[in-house]
Amino acid sequence: MATHTSHSIPDALLSAAADTTDASMRTATMPIGIPGFTLREEQRTMPASEPPVWPINKDLSYVGKPQERWDGAAKAAGRARYTADVQLPGMLYARFVNSTVPHAKVLSIDTSAAESYPGVKSVHVIEKLLGGAVLRDPALEQSRYPLVRYVGQPIAAVAATTPQAAEDALAKIKVTYETLPFVVDMNLAREQNAPLVFPGAADQAGTAGGGGSASGIPQTGNVHGPAVHKQGDAEQGFKEADVIVDAHYTTQVQTHSALETHGVVADWKPDLLTVYASTQGTASVREELAAYFQLPMSKVRVITEFMGGGFGAKFGAGNPGVVAATLSRKAGAPVRLMLDRQEEHLSVGNRPSSDQRLRIGAKKDGTITAIQLISFGTAGCGTGAGCAGPASNLYKWATLHVEENDVFINAGPAAAFRAPGHPQGAFALEQSIDELAARLNMDSLDLRDRIDENPVRRVQRQIIRDSAIWKSRNPRANADAGPIKRGIGLSQSIWYRHLTMDSAAEVRVHKDGSVEVLSAVQDIGSGIKTVLAQILAEQFGVPPAQVEVKIGDTNYPVGPNSGGSVTTASLTPAVRDAAWQAAQKFLASVAPALGARASDLTLTDGMVRSASGKFQPISFRSAAAKMDTNQVSAQSKRIPDYDPKKYDTYGGVDVAEVAVDTETGRIHVKHVLAVHDCGRPMNPTGVISQINGGVIQGISYTLFEHRLIDPNYGIMVNSNLDKYKIAGSYEVPKIEVQLTESYIGQSSTDASGIGEAAGIISAGAAIANAFYNATGVRIRQLPMTPAVVLAALNQPQPQMEAL
Amino acid sequence: MSGHQPPHKELPEASSTPATKGITRRGFLKGAGITAAGTALLDGVHGLQQEAHGATTRDVKEYGPEAFPVTLNINGTEHALHVEPRTTLAEALRNGLGMTGTKISCDRGVCSSCTVWLDKMPVNSCMTLAVDAIGHRITTIEGLSTDSEVHPVQAAFVRHDAMQCGFCTPGMVMSCAALIERNPHPTEADVRVAISGNLCRCGTYPKVFAATLDAAGQHASKA
Repeated sequence: MATHTSHSIPDALLSAAADTTDASMRTATMPIGIPGFTLREEQRTMPASEPPVWPINKDLSYVGKPQERWDGAAKAAGRARYTADVQLPGMLYARFVNSTVPHAKVLSIDTSAAESYPGVKSVHVIEKLLGGAVLRDPALEQSRYPLVRYVGQPIAAVAATTPQAAEDALAKIKVTYETLPFVVDMNLAREQNAPLVFPGAADQAGTAGGGGSASGIPQTGNVHGPAVHKQGDAEQGFKEADVIVDAHYTTQVQTHSALETHGVVADWKPDLLTVYASTQGTASVREELAAYFQLPMSKVRVITEFMGGGFGAKFGAGNPGVVAATLSRKAGAPVRLMLDRQEEHLSVGNRPSSDQRLRIGAKKDGTITAIQLISFGTAGCGTGAGCAGPASNLYKWATLHVEENDVFINAGPAAAFRAPGHPQGAFALEQSIDELAARLNMDSLDLRDRIDENPVRRVQRQIIRDSAIWKSRNPRANADAGPIKRGIGLSQSIWYRHLTMDSAAEVRVHKDGSVEVLSAVQDIGSGIKTVLAQILAEQFGVPPAQVEVKIGDTNYPVGPNSGGSVTTASLTPAVRDAAWQAAQKFLASVAPALGARASDLTLTDGMVRSASGKFQPISFRSAAAKMDTNQVSAQSKRIPDYDPKKYDTYGGVDVAEVAVDTETGRIHVKHVLAVHDCGRPMNPTGVISQINGGVIQGISYTLFEHRLIDPNYGIMVNSNLDKYKIAGSYEVPKIEVQLTESYIGQSSTDASGIGEAAGIISAGAAIANAFYNATGVRIRQLPMTPAVVLAALNQPQPQMEAL
Repeated sequence: MSGHQPPHKELPEASSTPATKGITRRGFLKGAGITAAGTALLDGVHGLQQEAHGATTRDVKEYGPEAFPVTLNINGTEHALHVEPRTTLAEALRNGLGMTGTKISCDRGVCSSCTVWLDKMPVNSCMTLAVDAIGHRITTIEGLSTDSEVHPVQAAFVRHDAMQCGFCTPGMVMSCAALIERNPHPTEADVRVAISGNLCRCGTYPKVFAATLDAAGQHASKA
């Protein structure tokens, strides 16, 4: 997927527009809307080869029903083999040497002592660094080794027979630096005479998970931007407004902190490079390795059996991938290179900070006449700090003026992080919308009904209105008398229907009645293995646990990279199509033995039936024994959405209840109601798990997480999990999840994704709005630590002027 | 370990990257066995192989810094392997014995992905030297269930979908199973305490609470 731009329809959707006049098309009736609220039927035109339209979930057998995780038992038993667990015969252990200074030219690197250290089998000095922004004019920087732009930047690597030997050998590598002035504070970096992170304009491409920024936009000093987007005359819009809400928000840098660090096991053989990778995209790793080493794609195999979390930061081979492969080639042995926790914090991605000035102009009836967002944010020595998605896309406005700026500092480059830009943007927008409602003397849900055109969120707001938690809310702020004040607030979220057309799968049926699905797609914890098993179960009537799911290997048909909530929406229609086609081949294969024509046969609910009543229904397994071949198989690729011009966003509404201790400044999130949309929920169990996780990650971002860099040395001071606080068991509230099962008639499964929209976008503003409801005070800064809370409570509040 | 023997008694030098790789609490812990005398002092432990035994009057002998043979009792079986004094139990399990169910994530005793039991007490194996585990009964995730019976916590984790990526899951299971071993009737608050050191970045805690309470119920009804 291309870089996520918050204002436009993804290229993939536009280019995928289908020619619907083809004679091989047919028209079918599909369920549309939300059961219990807006369910109806609409016609869709689709290729004639598509399987029959599925009814809504309640009328299916396996899909849409709560399903145990297909690989749950392996995970609970410790049998699941992650990249960090892969051990190959003769495998070496590799470690990086990282920069100790934030900005420097590397003058020399002496590896001789390391090379002769006992147990060391290969040493590699990095001459081409991956990640971060790249100078438009590389001639501006003449240096044998990559310029050091942050503490923790990999410089060289060692592979040895034991991890201990590798660690000891690292200490033998002597790096000589010519240090350069540096800046690690975004506000200082914006100043005119700030040290320059790059000597000229630099750009960073996005990954399959998003991030990056448009290239070719202006750069002044360390400020890369603005990327300007204007629709209509916003200044005129503000003149026409009855009320203007004008506010300034800041958010911090968050690190991904997946529990399995980035890393690979690379095994370079003359005829094949095999790489086990902790990745969100086997396809992306293969592409980058093939390009880097100029190998044919067919000579690179990437395997991801199990993957210990990514959240957007794990695409491509990256430095660990190419360095491990190089060490393996040099040593003639497989090499495991897993980052340690500190490296994980420093060098492989983070969520950029933001500094946003947001102005919203509205008429007395709530109609928005203008939205203006001027944002700055730092993605370290990369780009991707734009955060205008929510302001641009969540509400209907008459005019829009957005300027997004990246500010370079001497810190590790950002990477896509679960809903890039959106938690930052929603933190600002959704507080300002609440403030607008207060200024207009409107209920905040009523205002959103007026300005939000999305039909699903309209239903979700009704669910919120009818909920016990919302009914228990006192609309008057700061109503509690004691030192601990209770408050309830909400926020909305939005995400986009991104698709990856390179999503393919093969389905096989064997003569013994076993069925299997094969795709290179990886399961990053969101449970796609289970969903694929459910699809085959639905087609063949075999329980999901008995379906064989073989994924995470580029030997299988190409799968989508799992970023931007694309996996389920992109891959499941291809798998269903392949299963349907395999079933037709299966019927053709058993027809002769059953004395019937294939066209007379159907396979439903695990039974083969004759439409003409030629024989009594027989089970799928009994019929399989009559196949005229040992195996039938079908491969299918994602076809475009049935109505690709219909560009659907989705999202949710989250309500948070907090207790604020006004004496200690501690915010305790007690209860969250999360109402969310992911199209057809394929496995509600897995969807709920993801939403629980998004909510908790959002609470963690809102209250705790904060990358801190010492301005004197440029070193991150909290680069392990003891000082970089993430939410743990004590900080988890009661979480209620309600899914709005929603049909849009776009594919043979009509599924969408949930990863991005699941809570992390809205948690910050929901908690901040609840804090306001509790205390009557606005917090416009993340994280809301006790110090920030106490400072806000002690600050005189400007009296709000109601209309 | 693949039997690698460092050939000379050289102390590991202070890292060339003091800012990021300098002396840390854990680095100190790992180095402590070899700093002063370049050796580990093991007092009367049972697991050392016989030929290394009884050399001094107090039954004390110096080992290391090279790898040396030890025996660890893991999941009821004696395992012979070579470890250096600085080798953690987590490293010994994973790299030495290929028992990779135990995970290393923070390597600093914060996330508890590496939780195992020493004599039924949950410990962070990344903060436990392998030599300190000698003479104790070590239980890992691989040994929690028997061939005939899945441990109720593991079964409940599957029923409740108490996992996503699954990387924290073995550690979570070990902490929760230890809880119901010592408290057959825990409350949700007890579960929160039991896993207060276990980090899950996917945010699966609510289902971990539910699974553990369910498992305790099943466990208690069997007892």
